[in-house]
Amino acid sequence: MSDNASAPAAVPAPAVPTGAEPPEPSRSETILREMLSSSWLVTTLAIVLALVISGVLIAAADTTVQSTATYLFARPSDFLSAAWHAVANAYVALFQGSILDTGAPTFVRAIKPLTETMTVSVPIILAGLGLGIGFRAGMFNIGAQGQIILGAVFGGYIGFAFDLPAGLHVLLAAIGAAIGGGLWAGIAGFLKARTGANEVIVTIMLNNIAIYLIGYLLTTSAFQRPGSNNPISPPIKATALYPHLLGSQFRLHAGFLVAIAATVFVWWLMDRSTIGFRFRAVGANSKAARTAGISVNTNYIWVMVIAGALAGLAGSAQVLGTEKVLSIDVAASFGFDAITVALLGRSKPLGTFLAGLLFGALRAGGFAMQARTGTPIDIVLVVQSLIVLFIAAPPLVRSVFRLSSRGASRRSTRTVKEAAA
Amino acid sequence: MKLELRGITKRFGSLVANDHIDLVVEPGEIHALLGENGAGKSTLMNVLYGLYDPDEGQVLLDEAPVTFAGPGDAMAAGIGMVHQHFMLVPVFTVAENVVLGHEPVRGARMIDLPRARRLVREISDRFGFDVDPDALIENLPVGAQQRVEIIKALSRDANVLILDEPTAVLTPQETDELIGIMRQLKAAGTSIVFITHKLREVRAVADVITVIRRGKVVGSAPPSAPETELASLMVGRSVDLGVTKRPAELGEAALRVTGLSVIDHAGVLQLDDVTFEVARGEILAVAGVQGNGQTELAGAILGLQKPVAGSVLLDGTELVGAGVRDTLRAGVGYIPEDRSDDGIIGSFSVAENLILDLHDRPPFARGISLDPATVAASAAQRVEEYDVRLTSVQDPISTLSGGNQQKVVLAREMSRPLRLLIASQPTRGLDVGSIEFVHRRIIAERDVGTPVLLISTELDEVLAVADRILVLYRGRIVGIVPQKTDRDVLGLMLAGVPLDEARVQAAAHHTALGAADIIATQEEGS
Repeated sequence: MSDNASAPAAVPAPAVPTGAEPPEPSRSETILREMLSSSWLVTTLAIVLALVISGVLIAAADTTVQSTATYLFARPSDFLSAAWHAVANAYVALFQGSILDTGAPTFVRAIKPLTETMTVSVPIILAGLGLGIGFRAGMFNIGAQGQIILGAVFGGYIGFAFDLPAGLHVLLAAIGAAIGGGLWAGIAGFLKARTGANEVIVTIMLNNIAIYLIGYLLTTSAFQRPGSNNPISPPIKATALYPHLLGSQFRLHAGFLVAIAATVFVWWLMDRSTIGFRFRAVGANSKAARTAGISVNTNYIWVMVIAGALAGLAGSAQVLGTEKVLSIDVAASFGFDAITVALLGRSKPLGTFLAGLLFGALRAGGFAMQARTGTPIDIVLVVQSLIVLFIAAPPLVRSVFRLSSRGASRRSTRTVKEAAA
Repeated sequence: MKLELRGITKRFGSLVANDHIDLVVEPGEIHALLGENGAGKSTLMNVLYGLYDPDEGQVLLDEAPVTFAGPGDAMAAGIGMVHQHFMLVPVFTVAENVVLGHEPVRGARMIDLPRARRLVREISDRFGFDVDPDALIENLPVGAQQRVEIIKALSRDANVLILDEPTAVLTPQETDELIGIMRQLKAAGTSIVFITHKLREVRAVADVITVIRRGKVVGSAPPSAPETELASLMVGRSVDLGVTKRPAELGEAALRVTGLSVIDHAGVLQLDDVTFEVARGEILAVAGVQGNGQTELAGAILGLQKPVAGSVLLDGTELVGAGVRDTLRAGVGYIPEDRSDDGIIGSFSVAENLILDLHDRPPFARGISLDPATVAASAAQRVEEYDVRLTSVQDPISTLSGGNQQKVVLAREMSRPLRLLIASQPTRGLDVGSIEFVHRRIIAERDVGTPVLLISTELDEVLAVADRILVLYRGRIVGIVPQKTDRDVLGLMLAGVPLDEARVQAAAHHTALGAADIIATQEEGS
């Protein structure tokens, strides 16, 4: 123990700012890292804050509240109770529409909202898992939308064009969807690896191409339903459909099991496999990874292929499970919701799964909210957007809730990580 | 101006970075602040410069207490700071950089550039800085950039100049020029606080030396104090500054580099026809000022950069074109020059960092499945062997001090059988204890017969550890000289002067540090 001097020196070093922080490779990576390092607490508070602000908007948009506001100073209690009712009713409707319909006459009707939430969340979770892998590997993949579409195209085609035995048919269709999404995303990975093309731009453009591609395909004889003028495919054959999980009165299908399996798989891939080790190494410090003999470019391609395959499976959940047909808006806006969900879940599998459920609930509950209270469903989009906005600006959330400074929260992030490990 | 710090205390959470520090800098005094990395020197100066609020204590200028809300206040009060990492805009000219933030304006918000130029020229002439106000910063050598920083401080009428590790990036000759400048400023009445961990420089230039250890002032000394005394004050125990090593037992040549040339992305020839050999059991040091092709040399041998010409033979096997992975597997250990950038992944655990290059091989992986238990067990063993101080191998490596991080890198690179070790700046930013450890390990590796290529910009390190010294300048070999070469000669070679001429010039003029060397040798002799 000759150099006991280094032990005490070891403690001060991290806290004493020497200005020797490692240079960050690019601005988008810095932002990405900042977003991923925000703690669970900040995430939860961001959701709370988003709901509060949206509550203000709900109240402001309510006609009763507006009319009571005209005599606000004469009888403020009218205004306050009207505002309270507007917000409470909207959020109760949101809850009833997404989790448990407490006013429903039958048990089936009561739990139907929950199964809807689960159904809607499947594509968001699957695509979000893929994006999360990319984010942790330093790839800012915006292309889930296009990858979902290509997955739906491949899976859907296999689903309606072939006659195969049950079981095998759905399996092949799902694999086809994964391959479709994987190939589409692989283009961006390949271009980045080979030419250094920025994956953000390439994936956004691939989204556009995918949207017009599916529009075109659905006008061709190979895809368009015979006898129909609408851009819609023949129905998916029953052998290629994901089976219902809780009987036919619910839409919930086996895609949800795929989402659970994918969550476990992604956890294993990222935390327990050598492939994920390389992905994480490249994402956290590509220079050190390269110096350690890891081929950064090969990893870019594989990250995108796997992310795309997961997004392709999201497409399969839509076409083989929920919609049962390939249509032009088969992907809805799931590809973009998935970005939010991956960021909200801090790109970790479990986090993404939970965030996906939350977004599924907002989506499912939003319809009920609009139907029952007249609150526009757009408010759900506002909630989602606000959540992202706050996640992206952790210092803002911390200052609103008077949390300790950035360094302290970094440390708490670390302890969360340790607890998880 | 007299500067006084009284009882300055600065805490970061439970850590006391500065613990009741008292410091008095008299007008026209060069006051050296000596201490290891993490001792609290920079924190203290950031308090003084208004970047941190002290928790206790006060700053007095000419006996009057002052408080600074930010660097602007400090500058206005006459305190100037030259940071270790220059705060210059590379694409701006010297004049533009000097006036940045205090631009003289004329008319409607037009920058008065002629006035800025005059300002630069005036200060430059007064101290003989020889800086062109219209030169772009990015085209200037590091030494000149530093002078721009000093001009920037002086242009705001700094009476107290803080120089934070100013010599870290300079050649010995540039250091000598800087010392000259410091003496001139001192003569003009400017007080200088000179932060460093280099003992030689302190002895060469300081009037008073204050030593800081673990946030406290542990003593002060006159510049005449012997180096070993200063070192033990700094470290807190007696240190052996010299590196003890046996004479090299040379084997046959193991690494043969022939005609190696590297062109970078910008098309600049960074390494020009470099040829040398390293024998088994020999440490060949590559000396040179940062940016003279060392990075490219290591990169080309390792396979990070593809050379345009030449060959690298390791025990007869061609490494050029092999790729990093295969080169590492051929038995090359590599300690990268930029630890945080190339050596470790900060957010990864210590255990993960220990298997960066071996993560996909048994026993750490079975197929594509990692074995966390084996990884952790192996990490515990390495950490023990390399004396890494930590709480858990599962902690992110970024929570460790630089010295301990470097030990992790060493543990990773040296705990497999090596046929070549490339150590690039292996002690940069480390404390004395860790430096000793790293040097001992490198020499131990040499002693078992591994050829070692030590790339270093620190002449002290080169002289202490090397068996032979190769000097690189602008990508070319200036000369390969034996270890016992005069510091001044080496210093001139670092600036590109060929060996013979360097000998003549060095005999005619000794630098301040070279002179200190000679005195030290005489002291040892007497």
